[in-house]
Amino acid sequence: MRRERLTKIGYGLAPVLLTLVLACVILLLAGANPLRALGELFLGVFESGRKVADIAAAMVPLLLCASGMLITFAAGLWNIGVEGQMIAGALMTTWVVRSVEAPAALLLPLTILAGMLGGALWGLLIGALRTYGRINEIFAGLGLNYLGAALTNYLIFGPWKPPDGATMSGTEPFPQAAWMPTIGSTRASWLGILLAIGGIVVVYILLRDSYWGLKLKAIGLNDRSAHRLGIDTRGNMLLAFMACGLLAGLAGSLRTTAVYHRLIPSISGGIGYLSQLVVLLSGLRAQIVPLVVFFFSAVQVASPRLELRMGLDSSIGGVLQSAMVLFFLLVRGFRRRIQAEQEVAE
Amino acid sequence: MNIQLAEIVKSFGTLRANDGVSLSVAAGTIHGLLGENGAGKTTLMKVLSGYQPCDSGTIRVDGREVSFDSPEEAIAAGIGMLHQDPMDVPALSVLENFDLGRDGHQILNRRRARSELARHCRRFGFELDPDALVGSLTVGERQQLEMVRLLALGVRTIILDEPTTGISAPQKALLFETLRELAQEGLSLIFVSHKLDDVEQLCSRATVLRSGRVSGEAEAPFDADKLVSLMFGQCLSEVGRSDIAPGEPVLALDGVSVRSHRLQISDIDLTVRAGEVVGLAGLEGSGQRMLMQACAGLVHAHRGKVALDGADLTRAAYHRYLDAGVAYVPAARLEEGMVGGLTIREHVALAQEPTGLMVRWTEAETQAQGRIASYRVVGRPETYVASLSGGNQQRLLLALLPDHLKLLILEHPTRGLDIESTRWVWNRLHARRQEGTALLYTSTDLDELVAHSDRIVVFSGGQMSAPVAAADITCEALGYLIGGKGYEA
Amino acid sequence: MSDHSLLLDTIRSVLAASAPLVFAGIGETLSERAGVINLSLDGSILLSAMAGFAVAYLSGSLILGFGAAMLVGALIAWLIAYASIALRLDQVAVGFVLTLLCADLSSFVGQPFVRIPGPSVPHLPIPGLVDIPILGPILFDQDMVFYLSLLTVVGAWLFLNKTQAGLKLRAIGERPEAAFARGINVNRLRYLYTIVGGALVGFSGAAYSLSVKLGWSHRHTGGLGWIALAIVIFGGWSPFRVALGAYLFGLFKSLGSILQPVWPQVPTQVFQAAPFAMMIVVLLLVSGDPDRLLYYLPKRLRPLLSGFLRGAPPAGLGQRFEQG
Repeated sequence: MRRERLTKIGYGLAPVLLTLVLACVILLLAGANPLRALGELFLGVFESGRKVADIAAAMVPLLLCASGMLITFAAGLWNIGVEGQMIAGALMTTWVVRSVEAPAALLLPLTILAGMLGGALWGLLIGALRTYGRINEIFAGLGLNYLGAALTNYLIFGPWKPPDGATMSGTEPFPQAAWMPTIGSTRASWLGILLAIGGIVVVYILLRDSYWGLKLKAIGLNDRSAHRLGIDTRGNMLLAFMACGLLAGLAGSLRTTAVYHRLIPSISGGIGYLSQLVVLLSGLRAQIVPLVVFFFSAVQVASPRLELRMGLDSSIGGVLQSAMVLFFLLVRGFRRRIQAEQEVAE
Repeated sequence: MNIQLAEIVKSFGTLRANDGVSLSVAAGTIHGLLGENGAGKTTLMKVLSGYQPCDSGTIRVDGREVSFDSPEEAIAAGIGMLHQDPMDVPALSVLENFDLGRDGHQILNRRRARSELARHCRRFGFELDPDALVGSLTVGERQQLEMVRLLALGVRTIILDEPTTGISAPQKALLFETLRELAQEGLSLIFVSHKLDDVEQLCSRATVLRSGRVSGEAEAPFDADKLVSLMFGQCLSEVGRSDIAPGEPVLALDGVSVRSHRLQISDIDLTVRAGEVVGLAGLEGSGQRMLMQACAGLVHAHRGKVALDGADLTRAAYHRYLDAGVAYVPAARLEEGMVGGLTIREHVALAQEPTGLMVRWTEAETQAQGRIASYRVVGRPETYVASLSGGNQQRLLLALLPDHLKLLILEHPTRGLDIESTRWVWNRLHARRQEGTALLYTSTDLDELVAHSDRIVVFSGGQMSAPVAAADITCEALGYLIGGKGYEA
Repeated sequence: MSDHSLLLDTIRSVLAASAPLVFAGIGETLSERAGVINLSLDGSILLSAMAGFAVAYLSGSLILGFGAAMLVGALIAWLIAYASIALRLDQVAVGFVLTLLCADLSSFVGQPFVRIPGPSVPHLPIPGLVDIPILGPILFDQDMVFYLSLLTVVGAWLFLNKTQAGLKLRAIGERPEAAFARGINVNRLRYLYTIVGGALVGFSGAAYSLSVKLGWSHRHTGGLGWIALAIVIFGGWSPFRVALGAYLFGLFKSLGSILQPVWPQVPTQVFQAAPFAMMIVVLLLVSGDPDRLLYYLPKRLRPLLSGFLRGAPPAGLGQRFEQG
């Protein structure tokens, strides 16, 4: 019994250890002191109260996107187009802000709705390309991601450029009425945090206890049998794409209203791809997602410190994140293989 | 070459596919291997041809004991198998399939391969277009190619697994001629089949398998009665069933034709009334499944009319059939019927009528427990369907059906169940009959067909016989019809 | 006269710029024909482009640079093969994670090499052939990488269609059980061809940073890997069509700089987005129902296009084969 427990813990820790080893190797390659670098990273998290708030702020869009991805993964779909869905939400929000003059009490809810709508429509587009166009959702999503980015650039450098001239900083700042209220002087928006927590809780309950969640689960496990049991596979898949788009669009919208207060070229910031890693690392379990999101966001927020203090490129953060997921998958596969071999031997 | 199999045992889990089978084939003969589906013929031949190792037993070739780790080794020893679904690559051409895996130079010598292929084909009168894609060939042509390939590799024993299923009459005549020629040249041929006609025409000797064991041997000229009784066994006395006067027509098929790339059924007329049980007999792949799927909206008839309770549902979507009170219970339980990764409770929840967004878990739990009890499923509500045994999965499938159905269609409803469970299932099915549900089912168990059906139809090569009242037929006569004897095309 | 030579020059540069895409496309074609999807393509190309440039810069040897790039590509491909065959993991999941990992690795490790001028593959016009009218300046006024790309396409086609080994490769991707029945070691060959494909992908990365867009920068290759995956589908897993797809996409990419002066009012992003929009359109045509599409086309074009539009994936693509 004890041995079993130790083995379990061992397998659980293995990905972490392997990631650390890889990190050390790469840091040495880059000519940096690995221990110092990892120390700086750790300190970067707890540097100040501001940093903790920054982590909370970074968690919001990531948590929203990851929640959305749980829905599409449940249905067995690879929704790589999340970046585009975020962009769609951000674009729709920017358009609303630029077109509507209203006090914050009215404008902010409008931006939230706009973000959800934009993302949901984009999700519907990807879903339609898959179900009716029979294009694999990976390619449809990806192609649309690039199109979305190009569209954003066009708008920033074209019709929506600031009066002083177009720059990489994006559009001119939103009017105050479109600024999400923040906690004190930090970057964290309490409304955003509430929405993000609400998002993951709703998704958790949805997938666990609703008819729709059960249907999606059936489709993801065996869409043929699901159809035989009377489930509308096509319709539910489209709904899943839309639901994920709704959450991702909200994430994109919040990035404009709560973080940057404008539309910037990389408004989706790779968060869509990161959320896929989050969901993979959580083993598709909603309860674990917030933990992983915290870890990833912490790394994200602390990495610039490495750049500042040690001159290392901040993409080391991305390396740590994806390496963790890779080793997690490999270790799990390895473990299953060992178990299968043991069973055969018995 | 002489082949001797002695005491071959092969098990899959708890199922003994071959239980001490011994077989002897003399050189220059065509030896028949008869038996129903599941009797163990294909397993035995896969052991002989190197596809599967046996658990125990010996194989002797010309007196010498051999063992094979792969099909390649068997071919090297001179034994080749022609599968029912030939092991070819449909996306490649005839010539490429012929050439694939042959020793020789790295650079493909098209011309040489072409001439060799042509030479072999000419010998037997096969006409194969070397550049045609194998995927576009008929089953008979694919067989011819595979045979030519094996002969070119120098095999001296060929095993043919159900070779006459799905080939045309002229192709069959050509095949038989070829086989006789090969036997005259000294090759040993093993002809695996359930068609009595073919075995009588072709073989000099036949071994009959039943339930994994040899039930008997016979020599030409064959006594068909004896073969039938060796294959199907003695009929048990009938299980009592109450007679119910059939009600109004529930299902009406009028000139229904369905087509797939492998098989087609044409001009099927059938009417099934409420409370009636119609059994579809025949060897697998003869069209019964296709017809049943058409009755449930899973495939669409390209001609004809399918009406349920008077409403025309031809080519309607599957969910409309479900709404109309049709249920389809498949044989491939985990691939087409249930989701292995879900629990029993979750399946029950899916079958609930949704009231609101949230699943009523407590209700699902009680319902699940209830159904588990009344259908005697060995499992609990939280058991994953994939971990249930085959028999229990079958019971669960039946337990998940809606309460009042107009038409219940079942593929092999009691396959894998023991006698007790079989009896229990039929109890439940007859209870549904009392409620007015019409039953349509396939089975390979003749006793079952005769005992529980009101009427029986026999399928063979896509054709359906006229319905026969079960009361007017015996097991032996049914066996004849299925074996193809006395069946009018 | 000057317009004429401008056109030829444009075609020449489009062909040159498409060479990396050709290598990546052919490499992935080999891998997928054998049944394994290498979804890490974009990350692989980035990492090998960086490695190729870095090694070439540090050692001064182009050959070492290309070698290092090929090694990187092969290693990543090996990892995917191992994860999917030995560990039975989902090819798509592992490929996706690797794509992100390798992309970030390339940015991190490549940081010291950003915007540093480095070696490049020398221009190598072939004397004599260069003087052929029209074809000469287009095809024979290029560098070694371009010539190799042409050879690779032809070589891949010959290998697949004219050799016993190529025949086996096709068989294991289409119907592994049948191949196994012929004594072919399916999984071992899958490893082999995935790695070979990966090496070609690595070569394409070095071709990019040492010949097409010299040097190294963050996300230097700009989505090339995803385009490569798409042209494999577009090209129906067949070398010549894949190469055609590569040149078509190269054309679209270059269209920006070609057409912009002609149509200054069209925003640049349209041209940036064009290759990806094309990708979706092309996939719609190919993955959708070719029969229905052909129905809408004029009758005379149908037989011509039907061969082109059809291109089924290898039947065993992405599926595990349990050997023994």
